[in-house]
Amino acid sequence: MGQITYAAALNRALAEAMREDPKVVVLGEDIGALGGIFTVTQGLLEEFGPARVFETPLSEACYVGCGTGLALCGWRPVVELMFTDFLMVAMDQVCNQAAKLRYMTGGQAKLPMTLRAPIGARNSAAAQHSQSPQAWFAHTPGLRVVMPATPADALGLLASAIECDDPVLVLEHKSHYGDKGPVPEGRHRVPLGKAEVKRSGKDVTIVGCSRMTLLALEAAEQLAAEGIEAEVVDLRSLNPLDREAIVGSVSRTRRAVVVDEGVLDFGITAEIAALVHGELFDELLAPVVRVGAVHAPIPFSPPLERAAVPQVADIVAAVRRCLGKKPADI
Amino acid sequence: MKPTEQQMKEMLRTMLTIRGFEQTACALYMDNWESGNFLGALHSYEGQEAVATGACACLRDDDYVFSTHRGHGHFIAKGGDVKAMFAELLGKEAGCSRGRGGSMHMFDPEKGLMGGNGIVGGGIPLALGPAFAANYRGTDQVTVSFFGEGASSQGVFHESLNLAALWDLPLIFVCENNRYAVGTPVSQGISVPNVSVRAAGYGCPGVTVDGDDPVAVYEAVSEAVAHARAGNGPSLVEAVTHRYSTHCMVMQEGREQSELDEMNEHDPIPRFEQYLQENGIISADEVQALKGEVSQLIEEAVAFGEDAPFPDPATVADGLWVS
Ligand SMILES: Cc1ncc(C[n+]2csc(CCOP(=O)(O)OP(=O)(O)O)c2C)c(N)n1
Ligand SMILES: [Mg+2]
Repeated sequence: MGQITYAAALNRALAEAMREDPKVVVLGEDIGALGGIFTVTQGLLEEFGPARVFETPLSEACYVGCGTGLALCGWRPVVELMFTDFLMVAMDQVCNQAAKLRYMTGGQAKLPMTLRAPIGARNSAAAQHSQSPQAWFAHTPGLRVVMPATPADALGLLASAIECDDPVLVLEHKSHYGDKGPVPEGRHRVPLGKAEVKRSGKDVTIVGCSRMTLLALEAAEQLAAEGIEAEVVDLRSLNPLDREAIVGSVSRTRRAVVVDEGVLDFGITAEIAALVHGELFDELLAPVVRVGAVHAPIPFSPPLERAAVPQVADIVAAVRRCLGKKPADI
Repeated sequence: MKPTEQQMKEMLRTMLTIRGFEQTACALYMDNWESGNFLGALHSYEGQEAVATGACACLRDDDYVFSTHRGHGHFIAKGGDVKAMFAELLGKEAGCSRGRGGSMHMFDPEKGLMGGNGIVGGGIPLALGPAFAANYRGTDQVTVSFFGEGASSQGVFHESLNLAALWDLPLIFVCENNRYAVGTPVSQGISVPNVSVRAAGYGCPGVTVDGDDPVAVYEAVSEAVAHARAGNGPSLVEAVTHRYSTHCMVMQEGREQSELDEMNEHDPIPRFEQYLQENGIISADEVQALKGEVSQLIEEAVAFGEDAPFPDPATVADGLWVS
């Protein structure tokens, strides 16, 4: 398996899909000559030409709507948003139009559209360029949401998203674009709605997605040094959620810590904690511990930014708490 | 209306301050970047100084300005505190947004500075608010909404022009056409050659001026301000200008080298200096003295910003609510 970056993996998924299916087109801001600000669409304009790589004006509501319309008449658009924060400019098109059209038309409409958008707090991009609003979108019936953590998952999930006949939002983490990892050479698909155990352990399950999966793996490494064996479940998809994988893992470890980069209150972790408590109440050795971002916009100042979103140390501390360790034992 | 000689001297000072601020800010950004500290997205206003300067010279302290992601120039031209700006750029508690905002989110309502914006176009409808309030209360305050030509593709730009014209709001839409939105040239982003023609569709005046000439900007904006203060509604002023640096630190340059080589020809500062000297408005000595004052101001402001303490991480969730 060759090592490529997350950005290159996404790029490969796009290029392969465009080669395979002439109905796949991409649209977004600065995705042509510039290759997208995170380099994900590099080379597509050269290979496929402006008829399939539409560089749009700066008008998110307009081009997300255009993508929805293309999908409605049988095309397979992949729409790039520069930042997930700008998807909010197009909220009507995403949540009122794309997500609802199929159900609302009694199942007649088909919306094979993929939206790609970068999330996450990184490098002090401040409140309007740092959000992780996955819970909003996972809360929207009719929209599938996936969040790859590794290059291989980026390739496999984006490829599956493009092939899916429903609208899929692929939330990519800004911190990951330059990360390298092993990626299968040939055809590679990651099924939508399937979590993956990225590390096995018997003492506690850490459930996360996107960048939090990587932090959870680091935390697990640290915990191993003190004799705690943590299992890390990477959700990969939020909707559909792989409830079986979560419940399966926690039924073995009987303890769970759930981590998400989004705002903690009313977020993803609450959904998963409710699931675990509901399914495994009698087996649990401790209540589920949740870790998430503070209830505030992401601040600019570097020390505040670090304090706003979960860090490895927060996950480690949460695991210790879940294991009933008092601060004095730590 | 032409600016007075005294105003023009002040305008030169403002332009020099903006230039000095941006050059120092970019150097500071690079120093930090090289040692692994990221200071977010810094969009330099270098090259566009004449626009903010000419436009804000038409305004009173009690007028309002809504700025953009590329907003340092607006902030300085409307009287923002350069010390607090450097502190903000560095994420310090003494910053004009207490370090919570950074380069794109500087705020000083006392000076009528109603904030930069990270969402392109997001600030345009906000400007309708104070314009509406001025009308309602019968004051003759005006509001300026700055935005780039790229932002004029957003729906809210069109919706706001319509509403402002419909209600005769005292609002001046100042479009800074620096001919690019990140890497998208104006020819690929907008269906007409000049943004100003959009005004006709909403029944308000629209003009295009040389945005590298602060006097031309002043003339157009002061006319729009007089029109607005007299209760005649909004105007759209498009200032065609040039962005010197890459879209933002530390992004790669997408423009052709030949195009960048031409930038010096458009530099608004030497041109304005020359104009002032040729017309006997300022002497070479006075220009030198002005430059000395500006560099001292900048030096002191950077030192203030660097010495200021960071916010306490324990306060991260504070400040969300009024009470
Ligand atoms: C809603 C939204 N879409 C996209 C962006 C990313 N972005 C930041 S600045 C910019 C270009 C803006 O162009 P223009 O309005 O001409 O202003 P300029 O940068 O040229 O000053 C883009 C696309 C954003 N910040 N907000
Ligand atoms: Mg522009």
